[in-house]
Amino acid sequence: MGVELAHQYTQFNDMEDVNFTDSQLVSHVRDALVLVQSGDSESYHQLVGVMHHSQRLAADEVALLVTSLKALSGAVSYIDSVYHQSLLNSIFSMKMWNYGPDVMDALIELVINLATSSGKYLDSCLDMLVSNFTPPLYLVEALKQPRGQAKKEQVLSRLHIALKEIARLVPVAATRLSSIVVQKMPMTFKNDGEKDRLKCRTEMYVENMLRLESGAVGEYDGNRMLMAVVDMLIELDVAIGWDDILRDDSSKGIFKIELEDDTANDEEEEEDEYGDGELPRTLSHRSLGKNIIADLLDSLMVRTFEHLESCASDNRLSEVFKTLVDSFMLTILNTYKSKFAQFVVFYACALDPDNCGVTFAQTLADSFIYGDNPLTRMSAVAYLASYLARGKFLSAAFVATILKRLVHWCWEYCKSKDGVMNPKGHRVFYSGCQAIMYVLCFRMRSMMEIPSLKSQLLFMPIESILKSKLNPLKVCLPSIVEEFLKQAKDAHLLPLPDSLIFDSLLESHLSSDFGGLERLDMFFPFDPCLLKNCDRSFIRPNFLYWKNVKTTYGGDEEDSSDEEIAEDGDGLTDNGEKLMGRSYEMQDVDIDHFDFAMSKMSITPKNAFGVQRMQMPSRIRPSTSPESL
Amino acid sequence: MEGLSVSDANLVVYLPPSQSKNVSHAILRELSSLLFRYSETFDGVILAYAVNTPNKRGRILSGVHPYFAVGLQAKLLIFSPKPEMLLEGKVVKIVRESIHVIVLGFSSAIITNGDIRDEFRFKKKHGEGVYVSRYHKKHAIKVGTVIRFVVKSLDEEILHISGSLTPPHTGSARWLIKHFEDDKTSSGKRKEVEGELDMAERDTIDREALNKDHETKKTKKRKAAEDH
Repeated sequence: MGVELAHQYTQFNDMEDVNFTDSQLVSHVRDALVLVQSGDSESYHQLVGVMHHSQRLAADEVALLVTSLKALSGAVSYIDSVYHQSLLNSIFSMKMWNYGPDVMDALIELVINLATSSGKYLDSCLDMLVSNFTPPLYLVEALKQPRGQAKKEQVLSRLHIALKEIARLVPVAATRLSSIVVQKMPMTFKNDGEKDRLKCRTEMYVENMLRLESGAVGEYDGNRMLMAVVDMLIELDVAIGWDDILRDDSSKGIFKIELEDDTANDEEEEEDEYGDGELPRTLSHRSLGKNIIADLLDSLMVRTFEHLESCASDNRLSEVFKTLVDSFMLTILNTYKSKFAQFVVFYACALDPDNCGVTFAQTLADSFIYGDNPLTRMSAVAYLASYLARGKFLSAAFVATILKRLVHWCWEYCKSKDGVMNPKGHRVFYSGCQAIMYVLCFRMRSMMEIPSLKSQLLFMPIESILKSKLNPLKVCLPSIVEEFLKQAKDAHLLPLPDSLIFDSLLESHLSSDFGGLERLDMFFPFDPCLLKNCDRSFIRPNFLYWKNVKTTYGGDEEDSSDEEIAEDGDGLTDNGEKLMGRSYEMQDVDIDHFDFAMSKMSITPKNAFGVQRMQMPSRIRPSTSPESL
Repeated sequence: MEGLSVSDANLVVYLPPSQSKNVSHAILRELSSLLFRYSETFDGVILAYAVNTPNKRGRILSGVHPYFAVGLQAKLLIFSPKPEMLLEGKVVKIVRESIHVIVLGFSSAIITNGDIRDEFRFKKKHGEGVYVSRYHKKHAIKVGTVIRFVVKSLDEEILHISGSLTPPHTGSARWLIKHFEDDKTSSGKRKEVEGELDMAERDTIDREALNKDHETKKTKKRKAAEDH
């Protein structure tokens, strides 16, 4: 008993000694730092040597490192950038990922103290923390395992706590941090062999950026982070290019792209089914799936969507959305045929249709009506049309309100211009008319079913606009004109003779004139999203597919190919409501049917002029090939 | 607090033709870009401005620049801390080695251990660091306290101030004000008394007062001893 007591006592004494030694160590480190200035740098070099211990440390080495770091934290004010450059260099080159939690904690404390001790080290400290956003390449594989995930969380949580603390103590740090983060954004894939690892690191970097947006810099400079993420999405989007998507099909001149089910069997089946050239072969997802950039973009979009969801649950979506819309108007809107990045805004609208959804449409309408640059205006109205048509979450009444503004503008334009048809001169007007018709193709029936909206629609001077001297019916995209006239006739919106329907086609080449061959004649930004994960989990439930649209001419008039689908148990047109009402999982099962149905909705060059019946394009690609029009 | 001044400035803003539609908006934008940054021209940080454009006509610059110049007068609130100036800031963190302060909500300042006068002693209370005066127990500096300190140096780029609590007129602003006011009121009273009483009388009163003070201290000590 007595021995035990004595033992405990010695332990207690030891601990006291350790405490005492700790405080002594701080003064020892101070002395070491001060002595350098007088030429005695032996203990200083020892200290620098300790900092270079990095991998596979023994327990005593860990202890030494932790103690040295802690001692240094207490002596940061004695660190001089002139005399102690080597020490600073070794601190800033330390990788958090190489150490255990104890060293990480000590290192983080030191970095916080250094950053806040003097303005001189702030940038270097922030730089060091940001460079720890991504793991060293050799650790990337390990991250896929649960242990790696735990490590990732250990590192990232500490990094973000440190950044938050620095931003709290030095308010200017937030601005400087966001500049550093934007500068260090990984953008290029240098080495082919490392693509997977680089992709993983880029994903992690963006994850950190989004985490910063809601954390350390959110209050001061969060919008810059979000804008940078959106810019990155656009850059990746542009890097994919339409050629990549249409690689398989371009020789056939088919201007339709569709997402198919991703299982290989299905793809093969589809190829067999559609490979005969009779029907348009849709884009196989494989061609996009192999594309590493598309994969990366897909996963970055998913992360951004998840971030938006978390913002929505924190009740700060409206604030984030403001930044998103600004970013959209600045970059995405004017990006030439952006394919995917715009879905970030679409999803934000879906999360809060009453505020964000309404704001977005109004911003676009304002940009169209009051804008200066004709190309921006055309782009805005193309986005608006596609958004109003595809947003399942938008009410018919709201669509009618925006439509009324468009019609009003077009009508005023008609009245003010006396000229004749001129696709280039009046291109903004024609794009407005096309937008009106496109939206009505999707929404006419739902609007006609509500008496108040029906009367609004009937009072709109659509007929006068379409019959004006500017003759938009002859200039706009024939497939849209055709579908619109068909529905309008059935809904008694326009008392047009049948003959006019086919007359308009004669002038169809003009549709490429008003936008120019390369521009907006066939650009519908919110056509079905081709990125697999994005589409499946986020976009699809909020998206109105052409298949689900109830047309005014009803279901009985569908052609035989549609009836084939109907035989499978789900009629194409008259089941629209049923489909929309069903759960998402159920819809998923029908993807094959849906793809098949979508293919029926397409326009091929063969029947664009020859065959009498035209269908609404479910997905339209730009008129890059000469046969397309 | 020192370091704040209002300046009248005559400025010329150069605007590109694209902003000719909304000049006043463009001017405000241009001026806003100066805010919260150190500007060598003004030798300080502009915190606020009030602008006035007396001349409604801009001048188109000749030569290759398509810009036009707009003359304006502005009142600028400038923050330019210089060494030896007395600043006030809110304490955000206290550790043994340093006190971290934020001045005017954007500029960070640090007072390291060596620049805190010996009067203040570091203590840990409920896990949080506090600097307490050895002579006046109510004079404490903790997180949230607004303190007065003297500027030692300034890093203009980061707007980081290195400060000092060495001079006696530095410390918790609230305590200093109170102490200063007490000093003032008591000295004021003393002046009144001086007019009525002669030196000898004053001496006895002072002595009495001292004795009273002494007694109260004694009784406190006694009470404390009794309690124990």
